Amino acid sequence: MTAARLLRHETILAILTVLALIVLANLSDKFFTAENLLNQGRLMSEVGLVALAMTFVIVTGGIDLSVGSILGMTAILLGVFWQNVGLPLPLAMVAALLCGTLAGLGNGLIITRFKVPPLIATLATLALYRGLAEGISQARSVRGYPEWFFYFGQGELLGVPFQLWLLGLLTTIAGVILGLTTFGRATYAVGANETAARFSGIRVDATKLWIYTAAGFLAGLAAVIFVSRVTTTRSDMGTGLELDVITGVVLGGTSIFGGKGTIVGTALGLILIQALKNGLALSGVKGDGTIVVIGVVLIAAILAGALFDRNRGG
Amino acid sequence: MSNAATTVPIGRTPFRRFLGGYGQEIVVLLSIAALFAVVGAVNQRFLSDNNINAIFAGNAYIAIAAIGMSMVIVSGHIDVSVGSLIGVIATMAGTLAVSGYPVWIAWVAPILFAIAVNAGVGALIAYTRIPSIVVTLGMLSILKGGLISVTAGAWITNLPAEFMIAQMRPFGIPSAVWFMVGLTVIAALFMRYTDFGRAIYAVGGNIEAARAAGLNPERTVVGVFALHGFFAGIAGILFATQLQVIQSTVPPNLELTVITASVIGGVSILGGTGTVIGSTLAAILFACIGSALIFLNVSAYWLRAVLGLMILATVLADMARRRRAR
Repeated sequence: MTAARLLRHETILAILTVLALIVLANLSDKFFTAENLLNQGRLMSEVGLVALAMTFVIVTGGIDLSVGSILGMTAILLGVFWQNVGLPLPLAMVAALLCGTLAGLGNGLIITRFKVPPLIATLATLALYRGLAEGISQARSVRGYPEWFFYFGQGELLGVPFQLWLLGLLTTIAGVILGLTTFGRATYAVGANETAARFSGIRVDATKLWIYTAAGFLAGLAAVIFVSRVTTTRSDMGTGLELDVITGVVLGGTSIFGGKGTIVGTALGLILIQALKNGLALSGVKGDGTIVVIGVVLIAAILAGALFDRNRGG
Repeated sequence: MSNAATTVPIGRTPFRRFLGGYGQEIVVLLSIAALFAVVGAVNQRFLSDNNINAIFAGNAYIAIAAIGMSMVIVSGHIDVSVGSLIGVIATMAGTLAVSGYPVWIAWVAPILFAIAVNAGVGALIAYTRIPSIVVTLGMLSILKGGLISVTAGAWITNLPAEFMIAQMRPFGIPSAVWFMVGLTVIAALFMRYTDFGRAIYAVGGNIEAARAAGLNPERTVVGVFALHGFFAGIAGILFATQLQVIQSTVPPNLELTVITASVIGGVSILGGTGTVIGSTLAAILFACIGSALIFLNVSAYWLRAVLGLMILATVLADMARRRRAR
């Protein structure tokens, strides 16, 4: 597979994104303002963080349906550790993040040790982690966080939302790891042909374990930012997040069969979705109408890609 | 027993072969029986007619949707949009009913719509080779978003009494239960004894082998999705008519509940194995557990955690059994 081949989907997507931005900017004056764009960046940060790890997961040929539930569970634990257990908030944040990471590690262990297909393993933990969030919280929400905590979700650094810096930094790191390191090459190799990867001496299980653990960590990080942004903790946080994340990653050109995909593609996919959501809402399409458009765009983009591949004899 | 052993080689009696073929179904059935015995002993009211009616009739639509889902998964695919489709069907049916159309049109037209939509989805999956999870993820957005923007979240009320098919009780048993049992039996026989039913297993087990054997895998997949639409349509009608109002939303994660019923019932996510008897039993088991928690005074908020643990246990046991069989 050549670099040109890998980049083709991203090029189409970039053109599509630019076109969408131009059309949307013409539809509404409010769309192409710094304030609106930065605010949209704030709103896509949680999905974006999780999508970074999901790109790796899908490149290995796997899937993680439990990320939304891990987000919910981490959010609930953050509230419980702080309010009910009485830990200082910074310590509660670390403890909750650790639990999110362990939840991801749990997924990885079930998938690698017991050879359970990722779709089923994470379907089970989707129910389990969300169930723990509901059971532990008993549907009670936690409020009253101190003022400094809201910096992560509402604060700004040099005029740009804090979480956008974080997302930018982690996107760069993820892009470098996937594109330029041996770990990244191993990730592609596992997804392209797991047996071949194993016989080539790649530590397949260790690679997967790291990736699912990272997904848990990033879902936990997204949870902290989510709680800070909305100032409250509820057990239904992040419900359906997995579908938004997967839509973004797949729209970004990552093949659901594994072995193919880039962080750049994922970033473009997410930007396109967020721009469509926001731009259409500003031009008067009701919130739920935009979901329809995203569904159509997802199918159309993949369909175009599939036809393109076939014409090239792929 | 010894008599049977002489006719069956490798020392396996027909009875044990039967057990082996329906391993997962029997485990689920025994779990239901154990649950009734234990919870019934702790709290008599669990066994009351009212509660048993509520368990079976209230969840029949999930079991019926799981029949279609099982066929889809056996064929090697998946559908994450079925929850939204059920919501769309329910709203369509309710709208037709309150607009003065004859009730049979309000029942049949949405089912035909569901068949057409899912046949289209199946064709897209079969002929473009786009993975089913991607196509149905897109459909999930389209159906869910479409439903909420068309209804604007409004509820449908004042439904005509003759429209409420799920509340009818032929021979004293709720019609939803008749549908569940009847459709499960028909679908089980269909999958086991018809050419098309066998083709579903063949295509899911090994698509290239199926093609080499002269089957048309694409046509089979379109047929499976059309059938899945039929079952989802009936599920939608039952869902629409079980309460006096139709909300524009369905229970969250309904598609996952349906998929889970199929998987716990023994349908392998890898395709090629599983039965609809298993998925129906699993749907009943979930309903029993949900009800049991209430009667055992356990907070209902723990329900999902219990379900999650059960799925995990089932899957791990299944993997262990497979490894031993190898």
